[in-house]
Amino acid sequence: MLAAIRPDDWNLPLIVHVTGAMLLVGALVVAVAVMAGALRRGEDAAVLPGLAFRALLLGVLPAYVVMRAGAEWIASKEGLGDSDLGWIGIGYATADGGLLLAIIATVLAWRVARRSARGPGGAGRAVIVLCALLLIAYAIAIWAMTAKPD
Amino acid sequence: MTLYEWLLFLHVFTAFLLVAGLVAYGVVVLSAGGAGARRALGPPALALWNSGGMGVLVFGIWLALDVDGYELWDGWIIAAIVLWLIASAAGGRLARGVREGGAPGGADPARLLLAVMALATLALLFDMIFKPGA
Repeated sequence: MLAAIRPDDWNLPLIVHVTGAMLLVGALVVAVAVMAGALRRGEDAAVLPGLAFRALLLGVLPAYVVMRAGAEWIASKEGLGDSDLGWIGIGYATADGGLLLAIIATVLAWRVARRSARGPGGAGRAVIVLCALLLIAYAIAIWAMTAKPD
Repeated sequence: MTLYEWLLFLHVFTAFLLVAGLVAYGVVVLSAGGAGARRALGPPALALWNSGGMGVLVFGIWLALDVDGYELWDGWIIAAIVLWLIASAAGGRLARGVREGGAPGGADPARLLLAVMALATLALLFDMIFKPGA
């Protein structure tokens, strides 16, 4: 395999896109882990739903904006804005569909955090399921961005 | 998928695991979640940081060997390995402190270790994308 060197002016938008995506995934992992900790209801677990909500609101959503802005920037640099390539389609589908799931998870986490004395309950489990679905979707997106299927 | 595509996917995927571990450690050290956050996030942070760290190194070296035009002694690859060692050393100390139930040596050293991990990881990311000298 020969080394493929991209043009220098693609590097900055690419690093913005990748950094946003990495922080997005990291914040989702935090939200899942702390909400799971809240469901176990161990000692000091009362603070955890609030932490999951903050991870979604202050971590996932801002990182999404950085990732998505970086995606548009690099797509315009590469001239792929209107492309019908498979890997571009997977990227847009996971990003745009994922935003809806992230917003629903954030609202649910806010509701759980407001009534933390009663425990996370079904809404807490729903937050974990939504965030886990997002993580699976983003793993597929990482595969699409690296393997670049037609 | 070709071997190159598999290696690139696994290299990037494990880099995401590494950063997820870093973010989880960041919340443990910087948030007001206390013991609850440490118990919930300490084990996944350790698992993600360690598996991600090993993955980026192994698949990165394999990629360098597989791709014509890259050599292990290229400056940007040596820089990446040095940055990996710095991040791993700081991460090991921070992980030990978190596992033992507190920030190592108090909050400030933990923040210093976290800052070293974060800066080394960010520098790694720049190095991987800009590939200076390649």
